[in-house]
Amino acid sequence: MATAAAHRTAGTPADGAPDTVDTTAYQHAFDAAVAADERVEPRDWMPDAYRATLVRQIAQHAHSEIIGMQPEANWITRAPTLRRKAILMAKVQDEAGHGLYLYSAAETLGTSRDELLDKLHSGRQKYSSIFNYPTLTWADVGAIGWLVDGAAITNQVPLCRCSYGPYARAMVRICKEESFHQRQGYELLLALSNGTAEQRAMAQDAVNRWWWPSLMMFGPPDDESQHSAQSMAWKIKRHSNDELRQRFVDICVPQAESLGLTLPDPDLRWNEERGHYDFGAIDWTEFWEVLKGNGPCNEQRITQRRRAHDEGAWVREAAAAYASKHTRTTTDTADTGTPGDTGNTAETGANRA
Amino acid sequence: MSTTDWPLWEVFVRSRRGLSHTHAGSLHAPDAQLALRNARDLYTRRGEGVSIWVVPASVITASSPDEKDPFFEPAADKAYRHPTFYEIPDGVKHL
Repeated sequence: MATAAAHRTAGTPADGAPDTVDTTAYQHAFDAAVAADERVEPRDWMPDAYRATLVRQIAQHAHSEIIGMQPEANWITRAPTLRRKAILMAKVQDEAGHGLYLYSAAETLGTSRDELLDKLHSGRQKYSSIFNYPTLTWADVGAIGWLVDGAAITNQVPLCRCSYGPYARAMVRICKEESFHQRQGYELLLALSNGTAEQRAMAQDAVNRWWWPSLMMFGPPDDESQHSAQSMAWKIKRHSNDELRQRFVDICVPQAESLGLTLPDPDLRWNEERGHYDFGAIDWTEFWEVLKGNGPCNEQRITQRRRAHDEGAWVREAAAAYASKHTRTTTDTADTGTPGDTGNTAETGANRA
Repeated sequence: MSTTDWPLWEVFVRSRRGLSHTHAGSLHAPDAQLALRNARDLYTRRGEGVSIWVVPASVITASSPDEKDPFFEPAADKAYRHPTFYEIPDGVKHL
């Protein structure tokens, strides 16, 4: 992922000020690069709207990873075995890492992580609707792994070929890790499904509650998706929301059968003609309500995030104060002589490596 | 917004069998030591490497894509920099 230095010389001013020079030639070069499936890199010229839509999408993706830690972390202290607990902790750590990769990718577009977090905390940027649902039982951890991470993978694998290089590269790393999160969730549900009657019922109940919200993760239907057409033209998105949703349903049905669990949709059946599973209507009223902030946990999720940020302020200040004191001390030492003694960080690193 | 913006660091990792450090990504940290620790947790969680460099992003200077063509052009017309430029008669060994 590129550097802060790049931002200063990028073709379009990072602050979004209008270009004063004629951009026609740049626009042609950009269009040609996108048409040829080349990657757009941070220092390349790009249309302001392309930059803005990427900042929005990548930032909200990053926010989703960070908020997404909450529903699962809810069960860390109550995980039923040490093995399951260790797995869950590793998974939540991975999600923090995914958030960091994505914030870095967003920053190559000339925004800052602090700015994006500020927008999350003030509700000006969203995160995935799925994380506004509560984790009521241990089986929910499995349902999230299998269905929510499964939907995420279906969504994200095509993003590995997204036209914006830093985003595509972040997605490659993330997809690798998400795929074993999904296995972990599947394995958890399988253990419950093969367990006692109570465990089996708990697994089925979790799948019943997470199935429809998982289908909503693919976003509104194609005819109501305001960014889709442009994002597809720019090759940010490669497939429409409905295409990906269908792909996900087709993948899940046989997996549910192998788990010995059912999916809560009476209209779900194989359509020989289409070669796909037909499925029932999604409750879009619920989707828009959750997006507007009226889901079961919206308030709780954002309050917890804000509190962590506010209550951590003094720790961040302490770290910054320590860093500035430390930097001053080493500079002083370097000024007073002893060449080669302290050296610069890179050199020390190189020697040690 | 927070008043303590931590600087951005670029992270380079040399893999176990790797000959050189490769750019792995970037992260924010208040100082080099924390950048190093965070880079370890973030980029080498699954045995990805045995050596990490962290560099403040602000000290990196990059070439400009606008000047890409003129900047790299001098290399193109110097065919004699390539070993294939020189014709050696058949049968000459160890050359």
